[in-house]
Amino acid sequence: MRPIEFTLNGARARVTVEPHETLLWVLRQRLAATEVKSGCERGDCGACAVVLDGRAINSCLALAVQAEGKSVLTVRGLGGPEAPHPLQATFVELGAAQCGICIPGMLVSLYAFLQEHPRATRGEIREAIGGNLCRCTGYQKIVDAAEAAARRLVGATE
Amino acid sequence: MSTTSGFRIVGDRAPRPDARDKVYGLLRYADDFALAGMLHAKVVRATRPSARILKIDGSRAEALPGVTCVLTARDVPHNVLFSDVPGQTTAIGPLRARTQVLAGDTVRYLGEAVALVAAETEEAAEEAARLVVVEYEDRPGVFDPEEALRPDAPPLEPTGNVISRWKIRKGDVEAGFREADVVVAETYRTGFIDHAFIEPEAGVGWLDENGVITLRVATQVIEHFRDVANVLGLPHSRVRIIAPYIGGGFGGKEDVTVEVFLGLLVWKTRRPVRLCYSREESILSPTKRHPFVMKYTHGARRDGTLVALQVELIADAGGYAYLSPLTLLYAMVHAAGPYRIPHVKVDGVAVLTNNPPTSAFRGFGSAQPAFAYESQMDALARALALDPLAFRERNYLRKGERLASGQELETAVLLPETAARAWHALGPPRTPSGPGKRIGRGVASALTAYGRIVWLHDWSSAWVELQMDGTVLVRTGVPDIGGGQAASLVQITAEILGLAQDEITIHIGDSALTPLAGTTTATRQLYMSGSAVHKAASELRATLLQQTGELLNVPPETIVLADGLAYAEGNPQRKLSFKELAAACARAHRPRSAFAIYQAPAGQVMDFETGQGKVFPDFTFGSQAVEVEVDEDTGEVQVLRVVACYDVGKVINRNSVEGQVEGGVAMGIGYALLEEDRVAAGLTLTPNLMTYLIPTALDVPDVTAIILESGEGMGPWGARGIGEPALVPTAPAIANAVFDAVGVRVTRLPITPERLWRAGQEQPARRAR
Ligand code: FES
Ligand code: FES
Repeated sequence: MRPIEFTLNGARARVTVEPHETLLWVLRQRLAATEVKSGCERGDCGACAVVLDGRAINSCLALAVQAEGKSVLTVRGLGGPEAPHPLQATFVELGAAQCGICIPGMLVSLYAFLQEHPRATRGEIREAIGGNLCRCTGYQKIVDAAEAAARRLVGATE
Repeated sequence: MSTTSGFRIVGDRAPRPDARDKVYGLLRYADDFALAGMLHAKVVRATRPSARILKIDGSRAEALPGVTCVLTARDVPHNVLFSDVPGQTTAIGPLRARTQVLAGDTVRYLGEAVALVAAETEEAAEEAARLVVVEYEDRPGVFDPEEALRPDAPPLEPTGNVISRWKIRKGDVEAGFREADVVVAETYRTGFIDHAFIEPEAGVGWLDENGVITLRVATQVIEHFRDVANVLGLPHSRVRIIAPYIGGGFGGKEDVTVEVFLGLLVWKTRRPVRLCYSREESILSPTKRHPFVMKYTHGARRDGTLVALQVELIADAGGYAYLSPLTLLYAMVHAAGPYRIPHVKVDGVAVLTNNPPTSAFRGFGSAQPAFAYESQMDALARALALDPLAFRERNYLRKGERLASGQELETAVLLPETAARAWHALGPPRTPSGPGKRIGRGVASALTAYGRIVWLHDWSSAWVELQMDGTVLVRTGVPDIGGGQAASLVQITAEILGLAQDEITIHIGDSALTPLAGTTTATRQLYMSGSAVHKAASELRATLLQQTGELLNVPPETIVLADGLAYAEGNPQRKLSFKELAAACARAHRPRSAFAIYQAPAGQVMDFETGQGKVFPDFTFGSQAVEVEVDEDTGEVQVLRVVACYDVGKVINRNSVEGQVEGGVAMGIGYALLEEDRVAAGLTLTPNLMTYLIPTALDVPDVTAIILESGEGMGPWGARGIGEPALVPTAPAIANAVFDAVGVRVTRLPITPERLWRAGQEQPARRAR
């Protein structure tokens, strides 16, 4: 067991972990961050995606110790009912969430991607979520919502 | 406020209330819930597809620190589960629809549950599951449904491997074929399909303060509380099932999954227990979509009139019946498609094998035959040198005509419109992206039943209450599997009571506290529970009109409910708030709530000898047109465009309707091109999402949904169901487009590059076209 410390959605998280424990497991089981979903635990589905120091990763493939000293962002860190992130707002408005289980991973992947590529095309958005499986939506409204959010984000900075 | 359609909120793109918690990460799904002192459970699964169990030794597992118990068949009070609802046993027979909770003497498929373990930690439970030693004696197995039909095949049941046979007889099929100028015969095959919801089967159970076993599980059917009680030998009221919002169902959470295991473990340990399947376990455990062998022979006249159809369907039921007899019945009724054919003979058989058990899957028995009949329609049109659309148009059933099974189509049949609109919306053809690439287009139409079989006497109930603060509460036992089931009910209530959605709260999916609404299956919830909520809200509305009329001294018929206010038409100044109305009702001893039961029109059981009779309440009709690009060298198929056109009767939530269509198309693309559980001698070779491929955002193009509203469905304001129909025409439309591109017909799904290439080698004549 070893104590580690990192930032989780802006707040300090201190937790004792085993060296083999995955970031996904520690987030869900030790830190009650159940908004990070578990769909396969082997890097195939993207449901567990979080943003680690600005980059979207599958937390089931990362060890918790790798988060030491870094910043971890989950969908709860993007925004909430009081101040939704434009991605969260457009996902609701355009009906992009059906069962919703893929959505936390989808949103953080898109968040990290749009930070780097604010003017992404539809095709690039599709590539960005190529590792985030969704069984419900056919991706159509997810891509629509991501495009609409990108326009809002760019508009806000111009 | 009121739109030109006369509706305030029904029909628009109202944001779904559940979506907010989903995008903020606040929603607690089945596996996001924990209780203090909770045990973790694991299922020990058979490693053989067909074997006798000689011995199960749990002693090493039990000795492991932290392990609470190891349960085997001997610990199950009544080790039997029946896949039936009242009425179904008439057709299946209770014996054959039976499964064992934990394998007793024999295992019939690889992955069958043999034992349960529970421990203080998940690691200990995993370790304990590995330490349970099961001694097997292999028995001969049978892995091909056609082989399983042979008299010398090893029988899974003492009575043999056939679990159900159905037939449909209409006209004289031999005479029909004598009239035919062209006969097209082909055998089509489909594979095992995994539901692949992103949320695996999961749940947490506990004993509540009244000694009621309470299970909070991802399920499409909270009525499984009865199954849990029957297995434990408890009164039905001693088991409660709560369905939180579910991370996808598609039929895979229709049969019992974790419910009975959790019930057993809670009952034995008296502690809270969590059981969540891994992805591999989700793929290995039941159930899958049935592989079908479909032998089709169509006859048509030179002018393009269909005259005869003979069909033989063989469904691989896997190790246990589950809902296979019913899936096959659905396939029978849908087998001829939405076409007028005077002479039809259909024979179907569902057969046990030592393969993974198959059961409900979106498009329940209607998806497989659609691949066959729509491939046939395309082949016939080409054989007759007729335009595929014109050929279909000539043969589409019209309203008032009858299916081969004798059922009259009593509501609008907009097939010609759906096909023409989908086809024309494809626009100008694209040019191939490079040398060796070919563009092709295809179309497919289908009918798909929604609502339960009429002789199952389906019903749903709902309860709507005006709260003292003027807000409204809806209660109904609907499990929401992601299709917007709850949101649509809120919208219906909002429409009827003239309230904003935000003023309505809905409680769903609790077998103890919400009135039962039946299963979220068979594309029935909008139809059934939508109707129940419509009825309850309308009753409450009548009460409010009465109360307002008395207070304002005007006839109740003149009262308007809008924007949370009640007033007489033309006099909005004298208004009452809902809060004032609630107080007035309370003073007048007038109930502020309404409970309503909606009963679907019932019917007689069909004639089993001829397969004639009304089976379904109604159907949804639609067509899809696709454009593909095929790489001639590699056999790779890329779907470039899909247009799907459906008559949904009446749109309740436009985003939800389109979402069902877009998601259905994506699943259809997977069915057509990617998905198949590879099963070799009972062993699933695709136990993860790296080998079992579902479509990614890069496999699905932009989908155009064109929605028609005939107003003639059975649901609220004439709505029809769309969840399952959305998936059905995609695969045949793609197969037809592939043929259009390269002149090769692949008769087996999925159309992998290898299969397409091989079919091309075997069909050189067609290739030269
Ligand atoms: S759970 Fe991490 S990728 Fe699926
Ligand atoms: S919304 Fe259900 S998996 Fe994406």
